[in-house]
Amino acid sequence: MDRLVFLLATGLARGLVVALFALSLVIVWRAARLVNFAQAAVATVAVFAAFAVTGATGSFWAGLGAALVSGAALNAAVERGLMRRVPSGSPLPGMIVAIGLVMVLQSALGIAFGPRHRPMAAPFDERPFVVGGVPLLSPYDLFVLIVALAVVGLLAWLFNGTSLGLQLRASAAAPEVSRLLGVRVPRMVTLGWALSGAVAALAALLLVPTELGLNAHSADLLFVHAFTVAVLGGLDSPTGALLGGIAVGVLVSLVTGYLGAGVAPLAVLALLTLVLLVRPGGIFATAQVRAA
Amino acid sequence: MSPALAVEALTVGYAGTPVLDDLALAVAPGEVVALLGANGAGKTTLLRALSGLTAPRTGRVLLDGADLTALSVEDRARRGLAQVPEGRSVVTELTVDENLRLGALWCHPGRAARRAAVARTYDLFEPLARRRSSLGHQLSGGERQMLALGRALLARPRVLLLDEPSLGLAPRVVAQLMGVLRTTARETGLTVLLAEQNVTSALSIADRGVVLSLGAVVVDAPATELAGDPALRHAYLGF
Repeated sequence: MDRLVFLLATGLARGLVVALFALSLVIVWRAARLVNFAQAAVATVAVFAAFAVTGATGSFWAGLGAALVSGAALNAAVERGLMRRVPSGSPLPGMIVAIGLVMVLQSALGIAFGPRHRPMAAPFDERPFVVGGVPLLSPYDLFVLIVALAVVGLLAWLFNGTSLGLQLRASAAAPEVSRLLGVRVPRMVTLGWALSGAVAALAALLLVPTELGLNAHSADLLFVHAFTVAVLGGLDSPTGALLGGIAVGVLVSLVTGYLGAGVAPLAVLALLTLVLLVRPGGIFATAQVRAA
Repeated sequence: MSPALAVEALTVGYAGTPVLDDLALAVAPGEVVALLGANGAGKTTLLRALSGLTAPRTGRVLLDGADLTALSVEDRARRGLAQVPEGRSVVTELTVDENLRLGALWCHPGRAARRAAVARTYDLFEPLARRRSSLGHQLSGGERQMLALGRALLARPRVLLLDEPSLGLAPRVVAQLMGVLRTTARETGLTVLLAEQNVTSALSIADRGVVLSLGAVVVDAPATELAGDPALRHAYLGF
């Protein structure tokens, strides 16, 4: 029983990180109708920037800022420099360019920093609190939970409560009509990519201290989980990404705890297959015809 | 007085087979002009070239004497050139209220002013008020067209371009829409260019009728004259 509570609590913290990364995929999907396979590579580059800044200044928070800024800048550059020039109409060319970008970024990181994992210190203690003999969340898990929930709330407010969010949503849903209403759609698309890059970088940065450390492939598994979540929840649905992220985090935590870490990827794959069989559009997907 | 909207030597399409051929048109401030003609005459192409969605090969578009030709679609819209495109111009993923707020973004600065402007639109189109939190795709055809028109008017445009607003709507709804258009034009001095297949209702509210055929203006006459001349009607409008 104690073990179950512990696994659920850590699964929740990890699930929220996965949810954040899945949200970043949803944001790009809504802005550009594209699954950005390069998201993990971009996020890893941003975490390397954070690593360098934290190393130079000694401040985790300066590193966090660097990750957000470089994630946003990199994704904006990817959109302006690459994706905008890719023929639209079919999602395939954009995905292939993204996969090419993964190879370029990961190779560059590998060449520059080598294959070894660089340990990253968490800004808070990682030993769990013990309540009544039961180990629960660590202070760092708690920090992750709070940050993730705050970002989810902030994104919900941005998209649903501000006129910038209204323009972002309108541009994604009906670009031509939005332009006729005076919305600068190309700018909104770039902004969507930048926002998504910052969120992905944050998720990767929160994850790395709990893992082996930082190397070129640190965010790969996070991407696989988040992609599963995005498909699970429907690429269009932020609510789906949030709930799906928690579900996958808890699933991975339980399977790892009871059956061993080797089985966890299998469990995620089984879940993905099951959802694709039963509801190919995702559990929270809304089937709609789009306006021009 | 310079015309609210002027088109000079506008040519759109490929060399040899232009969709619009050296077209010239001027609409006076406050004037309602019906743009008529068969399918393929170039009505939609003209409206798209005016709003900037289609790039012309040659020619200029002027709004109150200012050249818009080099401006983007977005900037033309913000300058006061509103277009309601044919058919599905409502953002179906957004609610009625959000669609209207989108129309009020530029000329009603501040949240309170925007709310007030949207509220006035609900007074103008009462059926929309009951559906303010419905998503666009849940609306009927008539409600969508009301929403598209209400949203366009919220931007307080100088010139309003409408493409087939009556398409697929019940006569009663068409009459209501045309009534609102006529009243708004009269009260606010709004200039309207109305492309329509529904010749009778378009001419009923228009000051002037312009008939396009094969990308050129073939008739330009007062609406009453056009509606009352059987030979003209038969030759160009087919009834």
